[in-house]
Amino acid sequence: MKPVPTPTPDTRDWFDRIDAGELTVPRCAACGSFFLYPRSSCPRCGARSVELVPAAGTGVLLSFVVNHRGPAGFEAPYALGVVALAEGPRLTGVVRTDRPDRLEVDAPVRVAFEERGERRVVCFDLEEATA
Amino acid sequence: MSLRGAIAIVGAAESTDLGKIPDKSALELHVDAALNALADCGLTPADVDGVASAGEMPVDVADYLGIVPEYLDGTNVGGSSYMLHVRHAMAAISAGLCETVLVTHGESGRSRIGMTPWAPAPQSFMAQLEVPHGPVGAPSLFPIGVRRYMAEYGMTREQLALVPVVQRRWAAMNPRAKLRDPITVEDVLASPVIADPVHLLHCCLVTDGGGALVLTSAERARSLDLPHPPVYVLGAGESSESSVVSGLESLTSSRAIRVGGERALAQSGVAHADVDHLMIYDAFAHVPIYGLEDLGFVGRGEAPAFIEDGNTAPGGSLPMNTNGGGLSYTHTGMYGMFAIQESVRQVRGTAPAQVDGVDVSVCTGVGGMFMSSGTLVLGSAATL
Ligand SMILES: [Zn+2]
Repeated sequence: MKPVPTPTPDTRDWFDRIDAGELTVPRCAACGSFFLYPRSSCPRCGARSVELVPAAGTGVLLSFVVNHRGPAGFEAPYALGVVALAEGPRLTGVVRTDRPDRLEVDAPVRVAFEERGERRVVCFDLEEATA
Repeated sequence: MSLRGAIAIVGAAESTDLGKIPDKSALELHVDAALNALADCGLTPADVDGVASAGEMPVDVADYLGIVPEYLDGTNVGGSSYMLHVRHAMAAISAGLCETVLVTHGESGRSRIGMTPWAPAPQSFMAQLEVPHGPVGAPSLFPIGVRRYMAEYGMTREQLALVPVVQRRWAAMNPRAKLRDPITVEDVLASPVIADPVHLLHCCLVTDGGGALVLTSAERARSLDLPHPPVYVLGAGESSESSVVSGLESLTSSRAIRVGGERALAQSGVAHADVDHLMIYDAFAHVPIYGLEDLGFVGRGEAPAFIEDGNTAPGGSLPMNTNGGGLSYTHTGMYGMFAIQESVRQVRGTAPAQVDGVDVSVCTGVGGMFMSSGTLVLGSAATL
């Protein structure tokens, strides 16, 4: 069984929304900045008023490695990437593709979710593949 | 009050053995190195009133050695912890909190004797945000930015492979280096792919070992009858950033190295052109490339060509990682102590692959996946 996150009180709402099939991005209600990872206060101004805003679901693959061996449940080779979401903040996730050797940086991607038992985990599909 | 040159490294030594040491626990490796470092400067545990360590607690190191400490520093920010220990001791000794600080490192990285199994805490941000996506430890997370670096600056796979090739040339001159046989770019690219573009030979060793430093005020150092000349701390800096790779400010640069490095160089008053020798933590081949740029020795995107032109190699203008580095010399897990040891040897003039006339050595450590960094500028008496 692939691992699932164990949320903390400050990340639980964000992960619960993912389990419901919705990616959100935390935004500071005081200064308006978006950030990730999710946290209960703003890393820019320190305000404790954070709201979860639905993400557009699009992004750009900033960089990645192609793992040639993986933990239990991961079928190598697979691409592990960092994606810049349309809102700005970045997320790590697997880019689902049959040809990880053909991936390129700056590829447009779309957020998807992988079912893992009770939970969902964020992953990414290439935009072309979903068009 | 300027702390430039305020304290000196008077004792420096590594564990008696390096590599595979199945008959010693991690704590014993701290102690073995500590006794070697004290012998190196003719002192005993009774002369020490401050203890700093990472991995094992300074409490345990002090008690094992029978030290009655008046100063403890358990800063643990991964592999760069020891650079921070030196910087904190610089402040503590100068402020009169203590007189002589012992900094120790020891890890049973290979044999795993007396070590806690490595796993991120289940509720850490790494476990929440990265582990579910299938990284295979540091080799898949640390080098994630490399492909972006290649795309932005045109670095080729061959240029990345040159880093371990050049460092192996230094290791060949060092009898204590674990890997000493020459390798080529072709060898690196033919080694097993771990997390493409990273091959096995782009990754550090996993070894057992330890190292320790004895620090005191420059004034006291001059009054001691030392077998080796003191090595002075001219400048030090530290910084940190995100605990997850996706949270780093940039994937092609390290803010932590940049901020800590700038501070260290500014405090030292040393110009880049006056640096004779450089150590940059090389858990993976790309780290020295980032480090050369983030420390300002070359411009953005220029490090691969700088290495290709032989500047960091034997006979080059800026000899780097002259012990063979974490890629060829040794890497216990928190390698920073070994980088400092080699800087001290080079300034003392006692390194196996000694560079001529080293008066200033810069030494940079990294913790986690660029999550922390510390830089030291070390100098001989001539630099004061
Ligand atoms: Zn804010």
